[in-house]
Amino acid sequence: MRRLLVLVSLAACTALTIALALAVLVAAESAVVSELPQQLAASLGRSGVEHPTTAVLLNFRSYDTLLEIGVLVIAGMSGISLASTRSLEDPALRSSDVLLYALQRWFVPLMLLLAAYLLWAGSHRPGGAFQAGAVLAATGVLMRLGGLPMAFIRPGVLLRLGLVLGFAVFLLVAIASALAGEAFLAYPPGMAGGLILAIETVLTLSIGMILLALFVAAPVSAEHEPEEGGGS
Amino acid sequence: MSPDLLYALAGVGLCGIGLAGFLLLDHLLRRLLAFNLLGSGVFLVLVGLAQHRGGPDPVPQALVLTGIVVAIAATALAIVLIRRYFHLTGRTSLADAGDGQS
Amino acid sequence: MSWLLDGLLIVSLLVTAVAVLLSRDLFRAVVMFMAFGLLMALAWVRLQAPDIALAEAAIGAGLTGVLLLDAVSHFQRGRLREQPPGEEG
Repeated sequence: MRRLLVLVSLAACTALTIALALAVLVAAESAVVSELPQQLAASLGRSGVEHPTTAVLLNFRSYDTLLEIGVLVIAGMSGISLASTRSLEDPALRSSDVLLYALQRWFVPLMLLLAAYLLWAGSHRPGGAFQAGAVLAATGVLMRLGGLPMAFIRPGVLLRLGLVLGFAVFLLVAIASALAGEAFLAYPPGMAGGLILAIETVLTLSIGMILLALFVAAPVSAEHEPEEGGGS
Repeated sequence: MSPDLLYALAGVGLCGIGLAGFLLLDHLLRRLLAFNLLGSGVFLVLVGLAQHRGGPDPVPQALVLTGIVVAIAATALAIVLIRRYFHLTGRTSLADAGDGQS
Repeated sequence: MSWLLDGLLIVSLLVTAVAVLLSRDLFRAVVMFMAFGLLMALAWVRLQAPDIALAEAAIGAGLTGVLLLDAVSHFQRGRLREQPPGEEG
């Protein structure tokens, strides 16, 4: 019975893959050539940044990015509400390895510097808020795994504030621009560059915080939880 | 046939592999991996197909960048949920008793 | 030459993807997945998408790998502490 089910599923997957491949080939043969790159290059001067991908992300299609950070905030919120996060650092993980500690003291500032560079580079070359946020989250994960003290980020008010900061500032800019008579999320002319950099900075902080919070929320060690062995 | 189209077809292959894994594997973490493979395949199809004729196109690239960040958030949330499930039930698969395996 | 590179990259992408799903050990599957993430980063470079390549290298190989490895070690520790119930194989 189960073997039959496996065979049927495999056959269905193969059929679907072949159909998808044919669809891709047909779509590739169609004569319609996208003019998006040309349009983008023509209006890049108005966007306030020089790198096309950043311009698309934070100016031309900023609606997508706004909703994306909204999704991230929801994911982060549901993550931290599943586990009681008393502190971002885990005393059980604190390592006594001298070499690891020394290495980390070099690595953490370097990675923070890398995140800042990526954020700054986003306006004119590959880089930007997402990559910088990922590096920031990786720094936090490294600090947590190596047991560096992170008491300055208290969960509770500060963590929650950090989670929503990016979304809140982004939404505020959008609403302000809508109230000022422009379209929703259309930056006022002349201020686009500064606004994009400001939004990217808070986005980086928020993305880093959300990913780190989701990482910290994951451990459910039986020793700390009262309902140990429950269910089963 | 440009290299971009080749990558789009590789993306189709990844979609198939990921879908088969998602349907057939029992372990929840493996299903999550398969789901990520499926997502990567979709991203490859999106960018490869869009760049097949016109050369590098920042618009689908930006959309895929957004998609990758959403995918990692979803993966992290799924890991939190799977670990919670493991903590509460001691099992790592949704399968009925008898064919749970890793 | 570039065709050879693309072909090799694609074949190794597909092979690592299959290896992720078929490897018996969960730990090995996660390591394969990290290798897959790095290969994807290379593929994005070949597709002239340096932004995605950066994000994929930081996220796909680094962050996801750490998260998954943490989860795998958690499962294995859980297995060792309490003997698995009867239905777990």
